[in-house]
Amino acid sequence: MSPDPVREEPVLSVRDLSVSFRSGERTVHAVDHVSYDLKRGEVLAVVGESGCGKSVTSMAVMGLLPPTATITGSVRLGGRELAGAPDKELQKVRGNDIAMIFQEPMTSLNPVLTIGRQIGEVLRRHQGLNRKQAREKSVELLTLVGIPAPRQRIEEYPHQLSGGMRQRVMIAIAVACDPAVLIADEPTTALDVTVQAGILEVLQSLRERLGTAIVLITHDLGVVADSADRVLVMYAGRAVEQAPVDELFAAPRHPYTRGLLGAVLKPGAHAGGTKRRLPEIPGLVPSLTEQPDACTFAPRCTLADEQCTTRRPGFRAVELTAGADARHKAACWHANTMTKEVVR
Amino acid sequence: MTTAVRVPRTSRMSVGGAKLRALRRNRLALTGGVIAAVFVIVALCAPLIAPYDPAQPDFNNALAGPGWAHWLGTDDLGRDQLSRVVFGARASMQVGVLAVLLAFLVGVPLGLAAGYYGKLTDGAVSRLTDTMLAFPFLVLAVGLAAILGPSLTNATIAIGISQIPAVIRITRAETLRLKHADYVAAAVANGGGDGTVLFGHILPNATSALIVQATVGVPAAIIGEALLSFLGLGVQPPDASLGVMLASAQSFLAPAPWMAVFPGLAIVAATLAFNLLGDGLRDVLDPRGATR
Amino acid sequence: MTKYLLTRLRQSLITLFLVSVVVFAGIRALPGDPALAMAGEERSPAALAAIRQSYGLNDNIVVQYGRYIGHALTGDLGTSSRTGLPVADAIAAALPVTLELSALALLLAVVVGIGAGIVAAVRRGKPAEWFANAIALLGLSIPTFWLGMVLVLAFAIALPVFAASGYVPFGTDPLDNLRRMVLPAIVLGSGLAAVVMRQTRAAMLDSLSADYVRTARAKGLRRREVIGAHALRNSLVTVVTVLGLQLGHLISGAVVTEQIFVLPGFGKLTIDAVFTRDYATLQGVVLCTSAAYILINLLVDVLYSVIDPRIRLGGAK
Repeated sequence: MSPDPVREEPVLSVRDLSVSFRSGERTVHAVDHVSYDLKRGEVLAVVGESGCGKSVTSMAVMGLLPPTATITGSVRLGGRELAGAPDKELQKVRGNDIAMIFQEPMTSLNPVLTIGRQIGEVLRRHQGLNRKQAREKSVELLTLVGIPAPRQRIEEYPHQLSGGMRQRVMIAIAVACDPAVLIADEPTTALDVTVQAGILEVLQSLRERLGTAIVLITHDLGVVADSADRVLVMYAGRAVEQAPVDELFAAPRHPYTRGLLGAVLKPGAHAGGTKRRLPEIPGLVPSLTEQPDACTFAPRCTLADEQCTTRRPGFRAVELTAGADARHKAACWHANTMTKEVVR
Repeated sequence: MTTAVRVPRTSRMSVGGAKLRALRRNRLALTGGVIAAVFVIVALCAPLIAPYDPAQPDFNNALAGPGWAHWLGTDDLGRDQLSRVVFGARASMQVGVLAVLLAFLVGVPLGLAAGYYGKLTDGAVSRLTDTMLAFPFLVLAVGLAAILGPSLTNATIAIGISQIPAVIRITRAETLRLKHADYVAAAVANGGGDGTVLFGHILPNATSALIVQATVGVPAAIIGEALLSFLGLGVQPPDASLGVMLASAQSFLAPAPWMAVFPGLAIVAATLAFNLLGDGLRDVLDPRGATR
Repeated sequence: MTKYLLTRLRQSLITLFLVSVVVFAGIRALPGDPALAMAGEERSPAALAAIRQSYGLNDNIVVQYGRYIGHALTGDLGTSSRTGLPVADAIAAALPVTLELSALALLLAVVVGIGAGIVAAVRRGKPAEWFANAIALLGLSIPTFWLGMVLVLAFAIALPVFAASGYVPFGTDPLDNLRRMVLPAIVLGSGLAAVVMRQTRAAMLDSLSADYVRTARAKGLRRREVIGAHALRNSLVTVVTVLGLQLGHLISGAVVTEQIFVLPGFGKLTIDAVFTRDYATLQGVVLCTSAAYILINLLVDVLYSVIDPRIRLGGAK
């Protein structure tokens, strides 16, 4: 789909990103050495259960975590290091080079400011436009995200718009300064099914027209199959598998991914348009207060052996494709011995 | 990620115990509670604690500074300030408790009725509270004092009346919130009369909000009493009241500042204690404050 | 918007009417014969009868009420039994004093209260928050009249910077006017400032954790813009509500403050009227105060709708 993503330099490069929160005596490790690259115009889907650290990873990339968070590792955006940069620097980058839209369109817009003001604000901040120019550009942006009668809409307040329209406004704000990277954190979860498709279409067209790279955080495997180029699977704060979308669906190399896809792979469940949610996997997600030197999925894994409970598996290229560009990686001791036949 | 679950009130004893423990952990609230308790004890045992007769003048010792004979000094008539502060605290507590009681006795039934029956009852009660709120507290108190004549009892009545609207509003809001709770619906379905539902089911569950309101009401009443007495509309000399003491202190600010300092500190200590206790209780009892 | 305002206006008028009835009935319920009070030295039955006749005290109470309101609407609030001058004139003379005092106190409460509230919310968990909270709690617990006495002790007696009493019109000598008004304004504004601070802090903490603040930060807005344009704007609705509810206390407080600092304002007029049993003045003052209070509350409601478009446009939640 994307224009030859293989040779290009990544626009966003995350290396060994870890996030921990102090709460009283305890320390919670929400994200544990996660790495990924994102190329121009590419859509990377990040999937995993609630609390697996996918949202925290994005908030860390944006520098939006509260001061109680400790962040280590590297986040490079177009050659600039963001991790550990002072907030003043990050303010110039946020909304300009990297932008984010959120799960809750109903509450993400300020209820007491007009739509025009909220879009114009970001243009005036980063592009130095005056009030009039910002207004004209806001109208253009609203047209771009498919909002009818934009001249009228910019005078209105969020409560006068439907949820889908509000999410379109959020997208307009996010892409106002033509950012290199757009992080979309479950952009359709809170919306009606009929509205979801429209929002995803807008994102797709932006990627095609503006070349925006998108990190798409989602629960919805249907959305992944339809929109993503590559997929990053997270479990308990760690990246467990990463692969091009077709390859991941065809030959998952981590037992957790297999569990996720279980329902999808069964015949009949793949009918287009039906919603495919992450299925239940037996067992409990481990507590994030410790970082065991083991596979965190082992307690729930049918393939777990002694090695899995005593040594942490590295996140490395699986053998079949290792020679090429390491496009398929997994963090599992059994990744290479796992064959397609194992999948039921 | 986490879902808030409302735990049904089946084991009220253990819930109460947990709340009491939470309150004990809050050091500020605990301090407030202890000081408030001291005030209650002082008020109850005033005649035993006061070293002198609070109304007995001693012109040879007028305007004496704090010392061994008179710990807090004497006033312009040579009366012992400590004894007068102790009896003043007694008056303060008396008004504090009785005024709040009066406000609750009138306000709670009206609030319950307004919230439960709605429509005309609610309209009438709401208009009543609006009208009462249209009189600033002091204007109301001054008017009542003018009608009834200045005295401690009338000051209590005036302060109590001024607190009725707040009690009505809180009770009404709680009733509206609880009216549709499952256990209320169940009580109605089981043939419970209005009285049973209101006083047996709704009122007990509104206790938290009302207790918090009481801890706001008592210090407000204490300040109210001091204020009215200060203006000459409450306790009449020679009886002791912290407000009366401050009123007479006003003429001797330069020669005898202690006359103004100690009664004032007593008021501040009492109101601060109840405010701290109230803040602590709100954190523990009020679900809306629980997220802090 | 218009419909909302009309409803509020109608409610206000009903409340005002009820207030006037209560005040009128209350004054009539006062012990003692008003004719006797008005008569002064001349107390012969004939003189009393003449007074009753000329003031219409023999008429039905409803007729009397109607006549009183009729006169009140034309600005005639009767004659003071103490001074023999029109009550309306006394009120007109006292009004500027109380208005200046209240305005200064309100200014102080808004500036200090909102400022400290923002600081306490933004510097959460830091000494600044602890300090602001402690001061606010103290402000709530110190009775205004005692604070007045302490300030007089400190800044008028021990360290004579400000004057402790008396009033000089602003027009006559602005500097002397302020020298005399600073302490009263602090005394009157302190309690309100404490309440405003607490509410601002609570509302700001709410707003700062709201999704739209996260959006504002994700846009790369400066900290100042996030706090000022986004969080504060939303918090103001709550703060204005509280301010409106508290203005009654400001009026009460003015009575006491004027008493302490011997300012010839509304409060002093009220207290003097009570002690001299000057019922016409009392009635006029109470009526005016309550009307002002109702008017202020109406203005507060109008102000809401300016701040919050959801109220102005009558939209859904």
